[in-house]
Amino acid sequence: MDEFAVEMRDVVKIFPTPEGGEVAAVNHVTLQIKHGEFFSMLGPSGCGKTTSLRMMAGFEWPTEGEIYIDGTAMGRTPPYLRTVNTVFQSYALFQHMSVFQNVAFGLEMEHVPKKEIEHRVRDALEMVKLSGMGRRKPKQLSGGQQQRIALARALVKRPAVLLLDEPLGALDLKLRKEMQLELKALQKEVGITFVYVTHDQEEALTMSDRIAVMSQGKVLQIGTPVEIYERPNCRFVADFIGETNFLKGRVKKTDEDLLTVELLDFPREIKGVGQGNLAVGQEVSISIRPEKVRLEDDINDDTAPYKDSDNLLRGRVLTTAYVGSDTRIIIDIGHNISLIVWEQNHISTLDPQAYYTAEDKVVIHLPFENTLVLPEG
Amino acid sequence: MSEKKPALWLRIFSFLVYVYIYLPILILIVFSFNTQKLNIRWEGFTFKWYEVLFNDSNVMLATRNTLLIAFISTLVATVIGTMAALALQRYRFPGYALTESVLYIPVIIPEVVMGISLLAFFALIKFQLGLVTITLSHIAFNIPFVALVVRARLHGFDKSIEEASMDLGANELTTFWRVTLPTIMPGVLSGAMLAFTLSLDDYVITYFTAGPGATTLPLRVFSMV
Ligand SMILES: Nc1ncnc2c1ncn2[C@@H]1O[C@H](COP(=O)(O)OP(=O)(O)OP(=O)(O)O)[C@@H](O)[C@H]1O
Ligand SMILES: [Mg+2]
Repeated sequence: MDEFAVEMRDVVKIFPTPEGGEVAAVNHVTLQIKHGEFFSMLGPSGCGKTTSLRMMAGFEWPTEGEIYIDGTAMGRTPPYLRTVNTVFQSYALFQHMSVFQNVAFGLEMEHVPKKEIEHRVRDALEMVKLSGMGRRKPKQLSGGQQQRIALARALVKRPAVLLLDEPLGALDLKLRKEMQLELKALQKEVGITFVYVTHDQEEALTMSDRIAVMSQGKVLQIGTPVEIYERPNCRFVADFIGETNFLKGRVKKTDEDLLTVELLDFPREIKGVGQGNLAVGQEVSISIRPEKVRLEDDINDDTAPYKDSDNLLRGRVLTTAYVGSDTRIIIDIGHNISLIVWEQNHISTLDPQAYYTAEDKVVIHLPFENTLVLPEG
Repeated sequence: MSEKKPALWLRIFSFLVYVYIYLPILILIVFSFNTQKLNIRWEGFTFKWYEVLFNDSNVMLATRNTLLIAFISTLVATVIGTMAALALQRYRFPGYALTESVLYIPVIIPEVVMGISLLAFFALIKFQLGLVTITLSHIAFNIPFVALVVRARLHGFDKSIEEASMDLGANELTTFWRVTLPTIMPGVLSGAMLAFTLSLDDYVITYFTAGPGATTLPLRVFSMV
């Protein structure tokens, strides 16, 4: 067994466009997926997720680069000779076959003896909680049930890797949440490597061991959900995953543990944790998540100066929204810039004075370790 | 699903349409048992005409020819027409638009034109007219009809089921037999049925391509009227 279940080495995929041009759907992607891992590919529409997955499955061939499955270069190996199986977004069930026949199809292709097919199909249907549905036609099942058939049909082959292209995309929110948990539990149970394509960042965060964030054919960052959320390596990733506030700036000093950044919109210096190699003079984005900002009532005189190094800003509350677990506050800090802050409601009270309200004057504290200095991109 | 009864006027209207379509045929059937030969006045009941018919060896031969031609031309045209429909669905190539529109020309042009052109063609390559030329001609005019019907069925065909099949271990050929063909089968069957009926009662094209020896039922019937 090779170290990696799937590996993409410098893979490029060029498609001709109808207008006669070319589009690089996947642009020099390199990534390694470990055995037994729940690996997600996340990114906005058109970033090349499906194309990457289809190249792993063998429906498309890389224009450049190479894909390895369990250490073997795939080249132009057709789909039916690869040890991977796919769950399609449209499910792609065979409508002219019963549920049983659908699930048995892949085993028949392997010439598994009839007896064994029967009990493996039964086990697979049981695993996806659809025992007793074998005689039905796919059309006679709900969307969620069809989804499970597609899953059973792929899993019954016991593939080394299961490829899933937005498998929950067609389900309503509630069913989606249920299936997310079930899928994750199932993956742990069968121990198969899952490569999971989604454009839903919450889904990726809850399910994955590691996530690759893609944009315009490139992988921007690969990491655990915590790494991706807490330490995004560029502005795009910070923006795409969760919510955040950005301030534009220019790097002033890099010689200390923390970088010093001059804001572009008004004269002030902010210190934060730099990501990647940032040079003095480079334009950067400062990113701070709404729940990581700390607020205090501004009891000082307006004119009293704050030291820059304190990462303090002054502001005025514009609006607040009480959402139960926290209160979402939009604060005007002047110069046409506003920040979003989520204050956790950790005390239980009906006293309106305990919450911020519009027009309150506040001091905004950006803790150094939560303030990220990110390259554009 | 709840089954609703159609409105009264709709039922009456539908009934009249059926009368319009089937009454003439019904009358013909009834009068085929009439003892009178030409009159449409009822004289008496007889099986005589059927006896004459089944003892007429020319008619029986023409019937056999007709069925044979219809069977073979349907089979060949269905295979070729289906392949054409699949190819047009699957591939984009230089000359695609031309291929597509040219395929349907036989559907549109008058039968006489097609008949004469086929006759001229066979004369040009000095091909002996007979059952073979009739069959070849029927194949030619049936292909576009089959292709049309199969293409309609292929419209909205989800290509991912073929990919799913290959993903599950079936090669291209197995995928075609086990997944593609069963999925488009309703279209293929209606195409074949259309081709069969068109071939059965074709007169004009058959007339031009039959030659002296060969005859089919429509030709024979017309010659007797
Ligand atoms: N067969 C094709 N021919 C031409 N261009 C294609 C083809 N498939 C994909 N593309 C282009 O490649 C790019 C990436 O497409 P891809 O389907 O991989 O995106 P995606 O990340 O899966 O997006 P989505 O979230 O919308 O599914 C897009 O710009 C798309 O238009
Ligand atoms: Mg996609």
